[in-house]
Parts: sequence; C-alpha cells; structure tokens
Amino acid sequence: MESVLALLIGLMVAASVYLMLARNVLRFLFGLVLLSNAANLTIFVSGRLTAAMPPLVPKGMTEPVGVVANALPQALVLTAIVIGFGLFAFALVLVYRGYLALGTLDSDAMRHAEPAPQSGGQKAQAKAEGEAS
Amino acid sequence: MNSLILGVATRLLVALMLVFSVYMLLRGHNEPGGGFIGGLLAGVGFVLYTIAQGPTAARKALRVDPGTIAMTGLGIALLAGVLAALDGDPFFTGQWLFLGASEGDKGLPISTVLLFDIGVYLVVVGSVLTLVLALEEEV
Amino acid sequence: MNSPNLHPDRRESAPGGKPPASSGVLGWLSVLPPAALTIAFLFYLPAISAGEVLRVAYDWVPSLDIRLSFLLDGLSLTFALLISGIGAFIALYSSVYLAGHTHFGRFVFYLLFFMVAMLGLVLADNLITLFVFWELTTVASYLLIGFDHAGAKARRSALQALLLTGAGGLALLAGLILLGFAAGSFELSEILTQGDAIRAHTLYLPILILILLGAFTKSAQVPFHFWLPNAMAAPTPVSAYLHSATMVKAGIYLLARMHPALSGTEVWIWTLTIFGAVTAVTASVIALRQTDLKLSLAYTTVMALGTLTMFLGAEATVAVAAALTFLVVHSFYKASLFMVIGIIDYRTGTREAEKLGGLAKAMPITAAAAAAAALSMAGFPPFLGFIGKELKYEGALAIASEPLFVASAAVLANALMVAVAGIVALRPFYGRRLETPKAPREAPLRMWIGPVTLAALGLTFGLMPGLIADSLVQPAVTAILGRPEEVKLALWHGINVPLMLSLLTFALGVTFYFFHLRLRGMLSWVEARLPTTGDRSWDAILDGLKSLAAVQTRLLQGGVLRRYLFVTFASMALVLAATFVVTDALRLSFDWSQPLLKHWAVVVLIGAGALMTAVVTSRLAAICALGVVGVGVAMLFVMFGAPDVAITQLLVETLVVVLVAVVMLRLPSLQQEAGPRFRRLDAVLALGVGGVVSAILLSVVSGPMDRRITGYFEDTSVPEAFGRNIVNVILVDFRALDTFGEVAVVVVAALGAYALIRGTKRSRPQPEERS
Repeated sequence: MESVLALLIGLMVAASVYLMLARNVLRFLFGLVLLSNAANLTIFVSGRLTAAMPPLVPKGMTEPVGVVANALPQALVLTAIVIGFGLFAFALVLVYRGYLALGTLDSDAMRHAEPAPQSGGQKAQAKAEGEAS
Repeated sequence: MNSLILGVATRLLVALMLVFSVYMLLRGHNEPGGGFIGGLLAGVGFVLYTIAQGPTAARKALRVDPGTIAMTGLGIALLAGVLAALDGDPFFTGQWLFLGASEGDKGLPISTVLLFDIGVYLVVVGSVLTLVLALEEEV
Repeated sequence: MNSPNLHPDRRESAPGGKPPASSGVLGWLSVLPPAALTIAFLFYLPAISAGEVLRVAYDWVPSLDIRLSFLLDGLSLTFALLISGIGAFIALYSSVYLAGHTHFGRFVFYLLFFMVAMLGLVLADNLITLFVFWELTTVASYLLIGFDHAGAKARRSALQALLLTGAGGLALLAGLILLGFAAGSFELSEILTQGDAIRAHTLYLPILILILLGAFTKSAQVPFHFWLPNAMAAPTPVSAYLHSATMVKAGIYLLARMHPALSGTEVWIWTLTIFGAVTAVTASVIALRQTDLKLSLAYTTVMALGTLTMFLGAEATVAVAAALTFLVVHSFYKASLFMVIGIIDYRTGTREAEKLGGLAKAMPITAAAAAAAALSMAGFPPFLGFIGKELKYEGALAIASEPLFVASAAVLANALMVAVAGIVALRPFYGRRLETPKAPREAPLRMWIGPVTLAALGLTFGLMPGLIADSLVQPAVTAILGRPEEVKLALWHGINVPLMLSLLTFALGVTFYFFHLRLRGMLSWVEARLPTTGDRSWDAILDGLKSLAAVQTRLLQGGVLRRYLFVTFASMALVLAATFVVTDALRLSFDWSQPLLKHWAVVVLIGAGALMTAVVTSRLAAICALGVVGVGVAMLFVMFGAPDVAITQLLVETLVVVLVAVVMLRLPSLQQEAGPRFRRLDAVLALGVGGVVSAILLSVVSGPMDRRITGYFEDTSVPEAFGRNIVNVILVDFRALDTFGEVAVVVVAALGAYALIRGTKRSRPQPEERS
C-alpha cells in the first residue's frame, strides 16, 4: 500500500507544482492546499501504514494490544493540518487584499514592489499602479 | 443569508456542536478528540451561526472578541508549562492531581495537561473566528 | 593623489583664530586608560626581561578548543607598551586637536575601542581569540578613518580599508583554522613549539599563503598598499596612532608571532624578502613625489612596513633584531612626526610642503621635536634610528640567501627616507618664511608633549641603547626566533661595512633632498603615464562587482513570481535527484499485494481530484475537486488507524471551503487569465518534482522502520502520562513545547490575516472609486 500511496503523492505534488507555476494567484492557492495535503500524507506514509488499529490503549491496560498505527506521525500531521490551515487562510487574505489594491490576480502584473526593468510587464504595471492610486 | 430553515436549525445545531466540542476536548486524553479537534468543532459551529445570522449577531453571541480568546488560550497554555517549571520540573512536564483518589479508584484527575489542552482549544477557536468574522464583515 | 588643502578632520576654529580652550573632562578622562595600562605593563618589564612568559586563560568555547587566553612575552610586551604608551599621548593630543568637536565623545570611544582591540590582538594566545581581536581592529579602524562621515572621501577610504583588510582577515581565518588543525592545537604557545612539524605538514603552503594574505593586506604591502595612504582621510591623531604603533603593525606582529612556526622555508624567505623589498623601494619613491606632508609620511610608513617584512623573512638573529629595533624606532619618530604635522596644520592652516617654510621661529618647541624625530628617521647618530639603521645593514649582510639584493634595497629605501625626513621636518621650519593661511603660533603643551617625549626617547635610547636592549629587544627577539638569543645594541660598531653603507646612504639621501623638486616633477610625469594604480584598479573591481550583482539580480530576481518558483522547484528537483545519484540511495521496490478494493477506490478518487484541480477552468469545479482530495485524504486517515487526524482534516476541509466561498464572491473568475492554456514546460517540471518525491518516498518505505520513539510513547503513555490516546498524549504532554509553538503560529497567522483585512482599510482605495 505504501508504494501506491508514494505514487499518488507524486501525482499530487506534480499537480500542485503545475498549479503553483500558474500566473493566476488563485491557482497558486489551490496548489498550496494540494501541496499541504501531499506533505501531510508523506509524513503519514513514512511512518508506515497499519490498517484499522488506532493508537489507543484499551481501558485497564498499560500498553496497546498488538500492533497499532504509528502515533508519532499522526501527532505531527495533526498539528501540520491546523498550521496548514493558518497558512492557507493568511495566503487567501493576502490574495484578496492584493486583488483589491492592484486590481489583478495575474502575478506577472503585480509589479508594485519590483517594477519591471524594461518593457515587458510595464504596461500591466502602469495599469496596476494607475488603478492603485 | 435569509433562510428561515437554516436560521432555526442552526440555533439547535450550534448549541449541540458547542457541547459536543467540549465533550471532545475533555475525552481527548483517552479517546479520539482533544484541544485541536474540539476547537475546530466549536469554530465550525460558530461559523455556521455566522453564515446563518450574520457576523454582527455572531460577535454578540460570542460576547468576547475572538482575538482575546486566542490570546487567553495562548496564555493558559503557557501557564500550564510554567506551573511545571514552578514545581521544579522541566518546562511543560505534566503535573497531576487526583482528587478523591483511593485504593482502586483513580478519583477525578486534574492536570496541567488538561489545562494545556484547554489553552489549545481556545487558541484554535479564537484564531478561526478572528479570521472568519473579519472576512465575513469585510466582504 | 594630491589631497586638496582641506581640513575636514577638524571643526572650524573659533573666529579670530582663537583655539578652543579645552575639551572638558572627557579629554582628560580619555588619557587615563592608556596611561594606566602603560604603567601596568611597565610593571611586567622586569619579569619579561628575565625571560619569563606569562599566561592567563579562560574557557570560552571549550568544545571547539577556543579559549580566551593571553600570553605576555617580550614581543607582546614591546607591542603592548608601544600601543598603550603612544595611545596615551595621542589621547592627550586629541583632547586639544579635536576640542569642541560635536562628536568628540564618539571619537574617544572609537580610539579606546581601537586600543583595546589592538592590545587584545598582541596579547592573544589562542588563534581564534587573536582573529576576533584582529577583526575588531578592522572594525575600529573603519570607524576611525570614517570619523568625518560627512565627507565622501573619508567614507570611501574607510570602506576601502574595511573591505581590503576584512578580505585579508577572512583569508587569515582560514589560514589560522588550517594551522590549528595542522598543529593539533589552537593555543599559540603550543603551536610555536611545533615549527618543524608544521613546516613538514602537507597543508603548510596553503596555511602560509592564507596567513600572509592576512598580514600583507593589514600591513599594506604592495600590491595592497593603496588603502593606507587613503586612510589619511582620518583625523591626524588617528593617522599618528594607526601608522605608528597599531593597525598597520598588526600584520608585522602576526609575521613576527608566526615566525617560529612558519619561517625558514624557501617560500617564506623569498616571499617576505621580495614583497618587503619591492614595497619598501616603491613606497619611498612615491613618498618623495607627494607634496602633502601627511601623504608623504603615509608612504614612508608603507616603506617601513616593507622593510620590516623584508627583515622578518630572515632567520639571522641580527636581521630579526634589526627588524625589532627598527619597529620601535619607527613607532617613536612616526608618531611624533605625524603629531608635528598635525600641529603645523592646526596652527598654519595648511600642510602643503610648497607653502610652508621658516616656522621654527614661531614654533620652536615643535621644530625641535620635528628635528629630533627627523634625525632619528634619517638615521643620524646619536639617535636610536642610527642604531636601527646600522643593525639593518648588518642584518642585510647577514641574510644568507641574497645579501646584495636586501642590502641595496635597504640602502635605496633609507636614502629616500633621509630625503623625505628633510622635506617633512626641515623645510617647513627653516629657510624663507612663507605666508600661511593662519599666523603660526606655538602649540599648547598637551599637543607638543607627545612629539617631544617620543623624540626625546629616540635620543635617549640612542645614547643609552642598553636601556632597551636587554629589557625589551632581547626577549622580543627570543620570542620571534623561538630560541634564546643574545642581542647587543651599540652606537659605535667600529669602522665596518654597515658604517660605509650608512655614509653612502647619507650622501645619496642628501643628494635626493637637494634634487627632490626635480625628482618630484619626473615622478609626477611617470605617474601620469602609468596604465593603472592600485587605487584605480580598486574602483574598477568594485564597479565590476556591482554590475555583476545587478546582472545576477536581473537574472534571478526579475520580480516575476512564476520565475522564482520555477527556479526554486527546479533546483529542488535537481539537488534531490543528484543526491540520489551520488549517494546511490534509490530503492524502487513495488508492493502491489496489500491494497484492497476500497483502498484503490480512494486512491483513484484523490488522484482524479488532484488532476482535475490542475486542469479545470472553472473556479467552482476546482474547489469541488480540492474538496474531493481533502475528503479522500481524510478517508485514508480513517482506514489506516488515525481517527484524530481524520476528524481534524474534515473540520479543516470544511473551514477551507467556507473561507474560499466567502472570498470567491469578490474575485474574478479564472477564465480571464492571460497566457497559454497548457504550459508545457511547467508540466515537465511538475512531473519531474512529483517523480523525485515519489522516488524518495519509495526508497524510504522500502527501508527498515525505526519504531523506537513510537515504542517509547506506547510504553509510557498510560503509566507516566495517564492518557490512553497516545496521539493526544504526545501532543499535550510529551511534545507540549512543540505544540505550544504550533498554536502560537496559528495565532500569529490569524492575527496577521486580521491585520491584512482591517489594518489597511483606510489607505486602500474603495473599489467603487476605481471603476
């Protein structure tokens, strides 16, 4: 099963990289969500998979019975999910705020901090700045 | 959003979710659950309320600013660590007190670990609501 | 390189030419530390003269063999006395020279900081300690040279000194670390006893080259000499201090200190002799060419440093004794001459050689000090300079390898010195009285006491060389050579070859002096036709660096987000793939047996969701596909025994959808984007990164699993932490500190997003206004 999931994670990473390289920052955000899912799965799979045995100790025992799922990656993934949510929320608000200020979702046209050296994105930049002011 | 069904249903549902979130928080040490899950549940409950009744009503129902809740949670979590240090143990070592413990009966366990989990719960609720309420009000 | 006749280093004097009376208490206070240190060091003199070596050590970074250890032997003590003694006079002098300056307090701090750094450097017994103080002197000299920070010239010179000596410092650090490993110890006192082992070590050549780079940049050897004359942008007291006893002598100190460990090989002898000789002759020729007295003196400093380097190349006792004596002589006369020039500048308003003459009547004491210092510099008897020069010639002839080369370089350089001494110290004071911007008067006591004392010391020690021969020179020579040595200093050596050479020097020097105007014209003519100078090349190098940085920035940081990400992902994939190849870590073993149908269903669901997110053009479809992926991952968590994680994932998934839905209302749809529909290059890179990640994971899971940590948690969860949910116990007990950090991150992210939403409201244009 680990082999299958390894290939699946590769596919997820490929899809998220493709999304993150897009000009539209909204696609970048989707890529980010996909990437954090892939990362969480990676941690989970590297701890090996144990079907249907949660890491719980039965009542009255001092140790889990038999082989249970690896608890350590679970703890790591759990916090990673919550932090990933925080990151995503921040990025989302950033995109939203950027759109309001610059009037575009095209990252190539977002030249407020680093104006284009020559022609190229200059028109878009002038447009963005004109709208921003 | 003006939906009568949603409006009525959420009142019941949100209360239920809040109670359930506290249940999840408290049982977390022994069964699936804990501060993160409880906090997220409570957050989702309030988000539901926000969608149904609007952010203003949600803020009123919350009574306290969500940012304050988050910072309070962080403070409580830190306190749990400091208590251990005050006792001479390394920072964040769990301190346990079994109320009414007797032979064979553990009694009611009170611990800094639970305190820490409550802090996590409050941080998660506060952070989620800080975000969602601000966004809802903005858009 | 004629500096315009400006005096940026001093505030304008009060109207009417009245000098400010005093710099207040601070001026006097600043003299105390160096004076006290001088006295303290004098108390060690008897012990050191008797051949003792004192050590103190404190542990600093014991694990790296770095100790804050100090060593006091003849060499250190000679330097320490010069540094603190001359420092006291400089502080006293500055309290008048810079009196009333707005930043006088800052100046005092820089000066004392510099002095402490310099003392630490010469007293250090640990290579790393030595290096730290070495760098501190660089920093302090940067601050001192750039003291007049409003002037562009001062800033440029300060930066030049910092970069050049700093670069040398880096080379030195590498050299010292290599030396430490080669010798097996970072303690100088241990290293110095292992000279033979180090010289035979395979790393000897790299060590030598790196350490020499550090010493040569610091002590301004050709071709790194140009920063030193530029450092004249500093206030004159600083020049006097930097050039006489401190900064530039740091490199010489290093060569002397390392002598027992590194010297004696062909490379050492030839490198030091040739660089030293070339530096000495070049610098003395350039010195003759200058009209600014201060610059002229600056080049004679370079000349002195060259001479010292040349003699330290030798093994012969008398050569090393010559170097050490000359070092002391030079410190005395150079400090006093600089201070004299400062006085001239202060009282007349100029320091151009051609505008000065006949000042002796107005400033008799200064003139006397100048004359004594100049005679010492020129090497006339009965000054200490004469003994130094005689020793130099004796030493030059004793150098086994190339006595003729060294001797002629020494004679030529010394003859030019005689001429420069005349130009600097005689011409301004004697001859026809020339009109100066200000009417000259004698300087106040606090200014002339330094030059007079130092010049008098030059005379005293010349008449009674025994005063320093046994107490300082001999222990210092012993320290440099690493073996007990007998050194005798005397004025009269009898009629021998050195004396003949001295006579030749005087004859040549006097000739140079009388023809110096014509020579200067010739030299100017030559200089104007030189293809380049060190200073101009320096500018070219800096400009080149800047344009390289600009090109690189344009290439790597064009301001296009996609390109940054492309470079990042591409480097990640390449580095990881290369690591696989290099370490041969790739293990591809597929195991298709275990998955059940329900597993396959979830996997296909997630894969389809991921692909769909990547290619659809509808926002709603993309969000739905993302949701499918999220839920699919949650199902995987359920199937493989992670209920806590699954619940968290589902709840977060819900919140993500809510947030996206809220924001989406205000954003345009995806259809309006520019550029091609399918990005082929991006797709290739994406597949590459995905493939590398898959390969890593396959290799990881095919290896053995170390469950020790998990096992510990499973065993102790109930007995020690009283919790049956191991995941939660890890989160809130075993790794509570981590969790605390993580919830803090969540709070910060939420507050950051909140600030983004709320904080910029007022500055933001209303969307309605934009249409």
